[in-house]
Amino acid sequence: MSHSAIQATPVLRLASLLLVGALAGCAAPMDAGVSASAHASTEAYTQANRITWGATPATVERLQAAGLRAYVAAQLHPGDAAGLPAEVQAQIDAMTIVQRPLVDLVQDMEQRRKEAEANIDDEAKKTAKQAYQAEMNRLAREAAARHLLRALYSPHQVQEEMTWFWLNHFSVHQAKNNLRAMVGDYEETAIRAHALGKFRDLLGAVVQHPAMLRYLDNEQNAVGRINENFARELMELHTLGVDAGYTQHDVQELARVLTGVGVRLGSNNPGLRKELQAFHVRRGLFEFNPARHDFAAKELLGRPIRSRGLAELDEALDRLARSPATARFICRKLLSYWLTDEPPQPLLQAMVQTFERSDGDIAKTLEVLFTSPEFSRTEQQKFKDPIRFVVSAVRLAYDEKPVLNVGPMLNWINRMGEPLYGRATPDGYSLQSAAWASPGQLSTRFEVAKAIGSGSAGLFRTEGAQAQERAAFPQLANALYYQSIVKTLGPATLNALRQSASPQEWNTFLLSSPEMMRR
Amino acid sequence: MQRRNALNALAGLTALSLTTTTRLLAAPALKSRLLIVFLRGGYDACSLLVPVSSSFYYAMRPDISIARPSSDLASALPLSADWGLHPALRDSLYPYFKNGELAFVPFAGTHDLSRSHFETQDSIEMGQALEGHKTYASGFMNRLTTVLTGSTPMAFTVQLPLVFQGNAKVPNSALRSLAKPSVDARQSSIIASMYQGTAMGAQVSEGFSVRDEVMREMATEMDAASRKASSAKGFELEARRIAKLMKDSYSLGFVDVGGWDTHVNQGAASGYLANRLDELGVGLAAFAQEMGAAWRDTTVVVMSEFGRTFRQNGNRGTDHGHGSVFWVMGGSVQGNQIAGDQVRVEQATLFQNRDFPVLNEYRAVLGGLFQRQYALSSSQIDTVFPGAKPRDLGLL
Repeated sequence: MSHSAIQATPVLRLASLLLVGALAGCAAPMDAGVSASAHASTEAYTQANRITWGATPATVERLQAAGLRAYVAAQLHPGDAAGLPAEVQAQIDAMTIVQRPLVDLVQDMEQRRKEAEANIDDEAKKTAKQAYQAEMNRLAREAAARHLLRALYSPHQVQEEMTWFWLNHFSVHQAKNNLRAMVGDYEETAIRAHALGKFRDLLGAVVQHPAMLRYLDNEQNAVGRINENFARELMELHTLGVDAGYTQHDVQELARVLTGVGVRLGSNNPGLRKELQAFHVRRGLFEFNPARHDFAAKELLGRPIRSRGLAELDEALDRLARSPATARFICRKLLSYWLTDEPPQPLLQAMVQTFERSDGDIAKTLEVLFTSPEFSRTEQQKFKDPIRFVVSAVRLAYDEKPVLNVGPMLNWINRMGEPLYGRATPDGYSLQSAAWASPGQLSTRFEVAKAIGSGSAGLFRTEGAQAQERAAFPQLANALYYQSIVKTLGPATLNALRQSASPQEWNTFLLSSPEMMRR
Repeated sequence: MQRRNALNALAGLTALSLTTTTRLLAAPALKSRLLIVFLRGGYDACSLLVPVSSSFYYAMRPDISIARPSSDLASALPLSADWGLHPALRDSLYPYFKNGELAFVPFAGTHDLSRSHFETQDSIEMGQALEGHKTYASGFMNRLTTVLTGSTPMAFTVQLPLVFQGNAKVPNSALRSLAKPSVDARQSSIIASMYQGTAMGAQVSEGFSVRDEVMREMATEMDAASRKASSAKGFELEARRIAKLMKDSYSLGFVDVGGWDTHVNQGAASGYLANRLDELGVGLAAFAQEMGAAWRDTTVVVMSEFGRTFRQNGNRGTDHGHGSVFWVMGGSVQGNQIAGDQVRVEQATLFQNRDFPVLNEYRAVLGGLFQRQYALSSSQIDTVFPGAKPRDLGLL
């Protein structure tokens, strides 16, 4: 069956290339001769692929115009302006999670849940509970959609990538309790706001966010009823790393430091004995309840904790954040996310040194990485994980033409096993290539490549009763392709592209190629 | 893989003769089959295999214990003088125990003491000695594949788990949700050509063959589903699919099931954990049934990274502990027994006054089991579990 199809391709091939050229509106670069900047352009393409969620014609142009150092500097200090295209900003502004503060939203949803439970009629109860669940799902989906829209279109690409990175480092699972109403705020206020700041600030914000306290059961942790879940993961996954020499005793002591650190939904405060009242802290849904805190003496990592009350937590976090083990653990992970599975030791050392000297300044640490010679080497190293594969493919296919619906992207990422806020265990998704390159993963990835390559795949069709659809064909055979990408492709890939029987197939093969799997 | 290449060639022929021919060709060269079911999160073994003769157990778990066997449907099902089974398994797996096709190994696990899910899972999946040199990215199921001539491995997971990583190329395919592929045969072969001779070449072509094979096997089920004739869902659906593939094509399988990290409100005879056990039990029974005649050559081992604290915590849940209980099930298993070394369950026998001790080290237990099942030589066992001393617990 495939035999005759192959026979037919030469005829079709010419037509398809003409069509691709016409669709891309860029027939000229093919034979206009290699421009003087062609070499620089390939280098800029490589760098753009490595610094951003995926190279696009527009980002490569910007990077080339600014030069690497200036581009990196701007990326590391993005400022407060969102800088999103108006159309995308409008999509985000319309979201409930943006319009309503966390406290209101969570209290409101809790009210709805209670009302649903209070129904006497079974049928009415079932309907109300389903509506509650549907709304919770919608809220979590809004957060995931916003995450993807920013990954696709924010000019502050490094900030968005680091938002994903820290979200994964401080992973929470939306399926627990009412976390679906919280993940949007968690990402926005605890993670994204500190993604390029000081690690200690980021850690402090995460540790006091209700999403994390709830996810790792610390709201249940109280004097005499110790729950050590959060304490353990805080050292193992968030700061020191698993082989850093802390003991079960340290886990228990940190758990005692964390007693009383929790979540309060209602507007009332607990009744407290007079001597405890001064220790009570309430910030939104966050609460430190001194009545639940263990005030006895504690020792962490061989040294006593000297403060009392919530200040103990700050003291403990200072100690964890500033431990040399943490600097090493974080820098190794950064390198493995941005560059390679096997971090080169000298570069790792340089980053660790900067991290320690700058008191955990994330932007400064990344600057060491981005301006290192290793970072600009042309050979591809890092295998893309599913979310990067999907985002980079859509960015390349549609450049700055904003999609109307990221739903299909969310589905693809789910299918490949890497949904946002969907990691069941607190360790986050693997950053190692091998985790995403298994046979089953790859055949699914090619399915996704075909879906993206074949047409708009629903990305330009809005949801709801009055669904609108905009015509949009992926523009992969664009100027960037002819100026840069084609030069990075091996003979096998070029040969496969020549066998394409249609522009759709050409796109599918390009997105399925080994060169598109790495950055 | 020769066999699959042959299948691919056949796929091009008419659909007419395909089913029967495929079945014949696809019969695994190795009759004996093994499925490892890994419960990620450290399931609470004391709620599954209830130490009913221990008053200490009832004292330490005032809110989450399972009552001693009685006529009450919420009480434990009697297994022996000392042990009872969680009542959620009454209709699914209890009959297998009584029929002699299901056994339990209490006080099982690893001596790894990190109490970290991830480190302990990795350590168990690697299956290597805790001390001394370690070969990373080499799991015991992968090494088992290398010593078993004619074995056909498959991970029924979205990603390839560490247990199956290593020298032997092992495919994976998640069966929880299936979608009909859209990349056609010609496109597949062109895509594969881009990877030929690269480090990923084998994974890519393996991915395509497995995809085709899964689709062939699932054709009937998908037809039934489109007629809305299929009602199985969740783990039961997944287990039935695994059985279809293992019956015809794969002799070594691995699947993981999550959701066992019950720090809070785990429930007792009913509740969260009971529902998880129910779903698991129904799935395993469905697996056994779907295997048909092949069930008598099949062994299923259910394991988890560690047990949980013997005492309930402050939130009617349990925290990370140590010793666990393994399940061994199969058509030729010597069931109806609680196997391996045991101690009385009381405060004095707890490990660190906190957890079940580990008396039956998992490498020794699995090593002994594999040795029986596959008649492995001691050097082969040493490849699978380097340095371990296999113990035959009389499970096969």
